[in-house]
Amino acid sequence: MTATLERSAPVRRTPAVALTGVHKTFGSGPSAVTALRDIDLAVAPGEFVCLLGASGCGKSTLLNLVAGLDRPTSGTLDVRTTRPSVMFQESALLPWLTAGRNVELPLRLAGMSRKERRARAEELLELVRLGGQAAKRPHELSGGMRQRVALARALAAATSVTDADTPGLLLMDEPFAALDAITRDVLQGELLRVWRATGITILFVTHDVREAVRLAQRVVLLSSRPGTVVREWTVGANSERLHEEITARLREVITSHAA
Amino acid sequence: MPLDLERQRPDDAGADTDAAAVAGLDALDTPTVVATPWWRKLLSTWLPPFVALTLFVVIWQIVWASAITSEFKVPAPAAVWDEFAATVADGQVWTILWTSISRAFIGFAIALLIATPLGLLVARVAVVRAAIGPLLTGMQSLPSVAWVPAAVLWFGLTDATIYFVVLAGSIPSIANGLVAGIDQIPPILPRVGKVLGAGGLTAARHILLPAALPGYLAGCKQGWAFSWRSLMAAEIIAAGPLLGFGLGAYLKQGSDFSNMPGVIAAIFLILIVGIGIELLVFRPLERRVLRARGLAS
Repeated sequence: MTATLERSAPVRRTPAVALTGVHKTFGSGPSAVTALRDIDLAVAPGEFVCLLGASGCGKSTLLNLVAGLDRPTSGTLDVRTTRPSVMFQESALLPWLTAGRNVELPLRLAGMSRKERRARAEELLELVRLGGQAAKRPHELSGGMRQRVALARALAAATSVTDADTPGLLLMDEPFAALDAITRDVLQGELLRVWRATGITILFVTHDVREAVRLAQRVVLLSSRPGTVVREWTVGANSERLHEEITARLREVITSHAA
Repeated sequence: MPLDLERQRPDDAGADTDAAAVAGLDALDTPTVVATPWWRKLLSTWLPPFVALTLFVVIWQIVWASAITSEFKVPAPAAVWDEFAATVADGQVWTILWTSISRAFIGFAIALLIATPLGLLVARVAVVRAAIGPLLTGMQSLPSVAWVPAAVLWFGLTDATIYFVVLAGSIPSIANGLVAGIDQIPPILPRVGKVLGAGGLTAARHILLPAALPGYLAGCKQGWAFSWRSLMAAEIIAAGPLLGFGLGAYLKQGSDFSNMPGVIAAIFLILIVGIGIELLVFRPLERRVLRARGLAS
């Protein structure tokens, strides 16, 4: 069953992330580019939301705003978690640190003791099925393994301050886009497993409809230039039909730019 | 971490059986390392330079034996060896080497202390970069021997003159190396540092400096070469009773006494020290840093 919703999704608890009327403009004057216009979006704690859109829809800009790497031009942005952690398209591991030290870094920056953070890092590496690989350097790992180390590191950052009421927030910017199809498929499964195991809130950016439908509880379609929320879907049992429906809508949005 | 099984969706049940698939992919994807035996590494590192050196000495011997030019200009390799052996025999070589090498090391250490904060400032503060960045690059092309006359007038024939010239030679290289190292950091790394909670000094300590280390080391290596060169220039030009007897002075003395074997022995010694420090200190350091990042085999 596919349920189509109004613009505002039902949010049971205080949202983990709430954007109201967010605008983002780069530059000023006649050369100014509006990247995001009037974005309203709420993500519930523990929810898995996919932001879907073609290139230039400002989905990465939106993620950067939530991550605190950039500020909205206007509108309000409310992030009710500990510092959100981000996973990028590239693993962005620090090449001079081992996998274990990479995972430990956010814990170290949060002031956790050496013994504690070592145990926690090993636990997280175990969670992404990289137990016993802590001593490996990033260049000794495959692309998929590096991306899993990055996931473990992002989880370490998101859960560095443990609080039962506010699950961590994980922002993912097309984290599997650079991987081959088989690895991507496996990692999507892994991400779902980790999400269930940790109860973390995930805001996931992608341009791949199939990926969005497979992963998310809710898919938010953004239009391009400027990015606005076109429509939202909650993912139900009939994902095949939903996939077709979203693809058709995405096609419509893209076609409108042909002129 | 609380397990929340309510969220489990039936269509993703298969995802949990992926453990084997993950392990299989990892095994297939992991880069393989081909190890070369130590003796082959040793052979490929040492044999070519050894052969080249032998050839050089053989050609030298032939040129000398054919007597195309006077003994005064091209002495026999054996004569140079005898000169060298004599300085070793009476222990003079050690005091000469110590005088020069200790100066080079002290000068280089001071240069590091000055150039590192300077490089950080130039790399991170736009105004400073605009003001002295081009000057710093330009200084690298100024032969530091050009400072010797000025330094002699400022400081007289003292150690201060020597150190000034050494610093003028090495500081720009080290600072420039650090600037280049910081400039070449992939922009994603500072962003990662920020989202992981590193800002300001913590970011410099955990992200910026380690990321810039390869460039910084390259700068240090060049800085060492420049300080050694500058030192020799200063020692050759500035000679006086207050200055110890270093390699440069030894070379100058050979020239003054028209002692060609002494001159050539001095040149070889200067070369050997320069190459030796590079091979014993900088090469291993650089290899370690690069290898840890997968940038060298």
